[in-house]
Amino acid sequence: MAFDSLSAFLAMGGHGVYVWASWGITGLLLLGVVVHARAERRALLRSLRRRVRREQRHAASDAVATPVSHQEGHARES
Amino acid sequence: MWAFIHKLGSPKWFYAISARLQPWFWAAAALLIVVGSVWGLAFAPADYQQGNSFRIIYVHVPAAFLAQSIFVSMAVAGFIFMVWKIKIADMAAAMMAPLGAAMTFVALFSGAVWGVPTWGTWWMWDARLTSMLILLFLYFGVIALRGAFASRDSASRAASVLAMVGVINIPIIKYSVDWWYTLHQPATFSVTSRPAMPLEMWAPLLIMVLGFYSFFIAVTLMRTRSEILRRESSKRWVRELIGEVS
Amino acid sequence: MPHVESRLVRERGDVSLLREPQGGVGVAIRATLKRDLVLLMRRRSEVLNPLVFFALVITLFPIGISPDPQLLATIAPGLLWVAALLAALLSLDSLFRSDFDDGSLEQLLLSPQPLPALVLAKVGVHWLLTGLPLALMAPLLGIMLSLPAGSYAVLALSLALGSASLSLIGAIGAALTVGLSRGGVLLSLLVLPLYIPVLIFGAGAVQAAILGDGVSAHLAILGALLAVALSLAPWAIAASLRISING
Repeated sequence: MAFDSLSAFLAMGGHGVYVWASWGITGLLLLGVVVHARAERRALLRSLRRRVRREQRHAASDAVATPVSHQEGHARES
Repeated sequence: MWAFIHKLGSPKWFYAISARLQPWFWAAAALLIVVGSVWGLAFAPADYQQGNSFRIIYVHVPAAFLAQSIFVSMAVAGFIFMVWKIKIADMAAAMMAPLGAAMTFVALFSGAVWGVPTWGTWWMWDARLTSMLILLFLYFGVIALRGAFASRDSASRAASVLAMVGVINIPIIKYSVDWWYTLHQPATFSVTSRPAMPLEMWAPLLIMVLGFYSFFIAVTLMRTRSEILRRESSKRWVRELIGEVS
Repeated sequence: MPHVESRLVRERGDVSLLREPQGGVGVAIRATLKRDLVLLMRRRSEVLNPLVFFALVITLFPIGISPDPQLLATIAPGLLWVAALLAALLSLDSLFRSDFDDGSLEQLLLSPQPLPALVLAKVGVHWLLTGLPLALMAPLLGIMLSLPAGSYAVLALSLALGSASLSLIGAIGAALTVGLSRGGVLLSLLVLPLYIPVLIFGAGAVQAAILGDGVSAHLAILGALLAVALSLAPWAIAASLRISING
């Protein structure tokens, strides 16, 4: 160990502000990148799922209601 | 060989294989960064001249390395996209850019903060920081250009061209800024050019660098997979996958 | 059928409708040069604007900082170079825009002649009517900034050499953004980082001249940068133009 105590570790010999600011920003950004990537994926999956469900519902109702071609149904969706 | 490369370029295949690779890179990143951090912060000896502020090196150098490597990767991916029309390359390039910019910012911030106990000032126009600042602007340029086009294909090609032009310029810029700095500040002490470090000091640095690179690969794999789903959302395999997930 | 056409041509030599356009790359380059020169000379304000901007910016600095000749003398090389660089940047936006708007850029892209060559001609005209005048005007403004003697020739020379690189590099940015609605601001962001090496060695040459050091190294590097730009930029500009037109 390069430090005698926890308080010495946090103080970093007077340079604590600089060391912890640098490491803090780094940690925050790395974490932020991960959180953003995961949130992006979750949101994307949610919207894709909604879309697929919507299209399945319409396809089912179309098949039952009128003999409309699937292509037309899809065009309405997008 | 070409068949392999074109298979590599198939979004569906890449999606499947990256699912298996991802966890390894996340695990490697977490392990290496934790070990490197603990070692660098608590166990590595303090520097003779700079005291404990020298520990900033353990985030500054990996971030700086990544900042430059990611730009080069972006340019290479852009080249692959322009020449062989492999869409995955463009997707990866688009997803890498923000991380590259973030790493550049980290390098700048940590470098500047490091300057306070070392030079007594919050900003120093030394060669490394100035080059990093210019690199940050290059990143902003690529990101902004990609976002400015209405057509995705035009955006991809324009960003590829700019990344390639930028990557050619980076060594020229570095050489020019180095030259400029030594001309104006002959008695220089660069925070990162230093006499040979003992093992206890550079080993955690190497571990951190490897950890950061693993992190970059892990994040890019994850975001590229999302981008694949986004761009290929009309394809059947995506719909089936979504159907399974829901 | 070509066979039939050529027979017709031989019979009635004055009918040029049936002939393919004659002349190779050389003719195309000369034609492009002439066209751009004529068009730009008609738009005098476009040629004068960068010069006026240059003079105005140089006027602003003593007002904003200090009229002290000693101080101005120390910052003059850099100021002159930065102001000239910004003036050149300002003129870039219109490099391709008017041709893009009226469709003649698209015609240029359809030409059978190699696009990099034609593009080089356009950039050449731009340098002739923007960079070179800036370089020639700079010594006058140097007087206003108390630029020390012995550096005026180097100032003009470094700017002439450097602004050619600036035109080439800037044209890449102009080509990438010509199709975008708010391309002007983006152009500055794209191009200014790439300008920095030219600025460093250009201003460095003038500073070396003031100190009495050798300027040949700086000018040689400026020349090398120009050589790299000349060999690579035309292709980048051509590719960028195709992207902008197709987008």
